[in-house]
Amino acid sequence: MRWMWIDRVIAFEPRKRLVAVKNVSLAEDHLHQHFGPEGALPACPVMPNSLILEGMAQTAGILVGSVHDFREKVVLAKVVSAVIERDINPGETIRYDASIERLDDMGASTVGIVDRFSFAENAWAPVGRIELMFSHLDQNRAGVEFPEENFVFGENFRTLLEGAGLRKAGVSRPA
Amino acid sequence: MAKSRAEIEADVRDVLVDALGVDEDDVVATATLKGDLGAESIDYLDIVFRLEKKFSTADKPFKIAQGELFPENLMTDPSLVEGGKVTAKGIALLKEKVPHVDVSEFEADPEISRLPNYFTVKSLCDFVERKLGA
Repeated sequence: MRWMWIDRVIAFEPRKRLVAVKNVSLAEDHLHQHFGPEGALPACPVMPNSLILEGMAQTAGILVGSVHDFREKVVLAKVVSAVIERDINPGETIRYDASIERLDDMGASTVGIVDRFSFAENAWAPVGRIELMFSHLDQNRAGVEFPEENFVFGENFRTLLEGAGLRKAGVSRPA
Repeated sequence: MAKSRAEIEADVRDVLVDALGVDEDDVVATATLKGDLGAESIDYLDIVFRLEKKFSTADKPFKIAQGELFPENLMTDPSLVEGGKVTAKGIALLKEKVPHVDVSEFEADPEISRLPNYFTVKSLCDFVERKLGA
């Protein structure tokens, strides 16, 4: 199953930076599975760190993919470091702020800052920092515009890109 | 001011500790990146990125071209590798393109799979020293 772990792109500087947000809701099943009810550990309905990592990988992955208009297959190759220092609770918003540190034909390294907005505190607070490396699986520069196989997240992902102005709805630019 | 050999070695050690998550004490001159320090293919790109960052200065960028440090393209060219062994032409190319790798022992049994054993911490330091001096 392929899930989207970001809700919306809120800032985009081509080749440099992409910022996305996700609202964490108690209606989401994964919060209830973290942990229990049948597990040995007590229920702890917070956003799992592994999925925070995935959210950052999606944010940074879109940024890296956008550099070559999604012609390259971009794969997460390495979690260089991931430090998460605070829980993110239901009713809070996660902000993923990803920047490209280095990019070439072979791949890219990114640095990402994770923050959370708490309505109870009415403030953003730092949650952690995640450094990733992406690899360009093949260097398909001459490939067609937005080849289907390079999108692993389906229609919702396209809608998200269109909403961010990263992809024009239903329009394919001439090669 | 140019960096001393000791400074280069300390910087290379920092790069490997960060890129590979290894213990500082394990990063000795003779340690091989793959066998001793557990480097995998994506780690080589990580190491290249980190070396560039570490040794670039405001007035002199330290940019490593593809294949300059690690000879990736050697594996695919049929005239350089025959039956799993690096040909004489391949050895000559290695000496020319990656002089920081000491292939004198490798030549006796040039099995391509043995080549990564000759990429050591010392190779990286030699590469950086030569490149900084160029």
